[in-house]
Amino acid sequence: MSILSSSVSITRYQVLGQLVDPLMDTLTRLLTQNAIVEIDDEDVDQSAGWTSFEDPFTPDFTGSAFVMGSQFIFSFRMDKKAIPLKVVNKRFRQQITKLLKESGKEFLSRNEKKQIKEDVIRELSLRIPATPNVYDVLWNYEKSSIWFFSTQKSVNEAFEVFFTKSFKLNLVRRFPYTAAMESLTNSEEDILNRLTPSQFME
Amino acid sequence: MLDISVAYNRYKFVGYEFLTWLWFVIEHDPAQLNRVIQENINFTVGNRIMLQNAVHDAVETITIKGDDAGLEEGILALKKGALVTEIHLRVTEEENEWQLTLKGENLNISNLKLPESGQIETKDDVEGAVLEKFFLYEKIMVWVDAIYCYFIKIRLSPEWNDVVVPQIKKWILQ
Repeated sequence: MSILSSSVSITRYQVLGQLVDPLMDTLTRLLTQNAIVEIDDEDVDQSAGWTSFEDPFTPDFTGSAFVMGSQFIFSFRMDKKAIPLKVVNKRFRQQITKLLKESGKEFLSRNEKKQIKEDVIRELSLRIPATPNVYDVLWNYEKSSIWFFSTQKSVNEAFEVFFTKSFKLNLVRRFPYTAAMESLTNSEEDILNRLTPSQFME
Repeated sequence: MLDISVAYNRYKFVGYEFLTWLWFVIEHDPAQLNRVIQENINFTVGNRIMLQNAVHDAVETITIKGDDAGLEEGILALKKGALVTEIHLRVTEEENEWQLTLKGENLNISNLKLPESGQIETKDDVEGAVLEKFFLYEKIMVWVDAIYCYFIKIRLSPEWNDVVVPQIKKWILQ
């Protein structure tokens, strides 16, 4: 989901810790090292990594291309090959028929069938292009805050894991408890820690 | 500070109470929100509200949606002990309108629509467009954050049980 879309969903995070100085060099290096790897010609079914905001299909972080105003802006791209099960089954059965005919056997063993299925999936995954999904990231480094343009559970979890792996920094989601802790005094924190739900109706 | 995953589940109810209180304030005393954010902003409930009743063992979810939907069913659900879990809001500042869905469980903002902003015609327009969008995103987030901060201070004060809860009860029953 893009910052420039007409309708967006946003999850907000606090970033714990800081990158090693010099900041721009470190960030450029880590984004480049963890950039999305194309899998269209590989027998791999998914890939995830950082990419450029302005051109998500040509990752390039040179020349501070990810800096806009006081923000860092880049994207998290997840590519996935979705091979329809019916296509796998069709190709699998065709291969079994062909092998039985060529070998003159009446049956194939379980291991042979397993091997055929793996070969079919590998063959198809080389032929089927990956579907890309791009989610923008806005990082206000001074405020240690990140806006991630997705609220999908699986996407957010993948983003959190990949961010921590890439930058060695932890993310804390903003939700009622963490948002409350931003503005409370010590005595209010104690009250929050003992808080129980109100009953508006008996 | 509590373990984050424990805190997430344990304090969902604070988010639900926040949205229920927000609906009450929008209906009962909308000027209170202007005092909180110190700007002349108009908050109204939009075309969707979701409530959940977990008073009994089973969880019951009630969704009211549609541009002309009456919210009486929502009040009825509140009478039965439900709380608001998601609310669609329209926020206007002069001629500008933001629309968003606020989720109580995690305070996520979804389906956020901004006021009209400049069109991108050339590649050189992108940075300006992003900064303009960012400015508009930040505005609504600052307002929502200020209201939540105000709510949580009240929620943790004696005023909550002494004044606010009785007022909300009265609103639900009227």
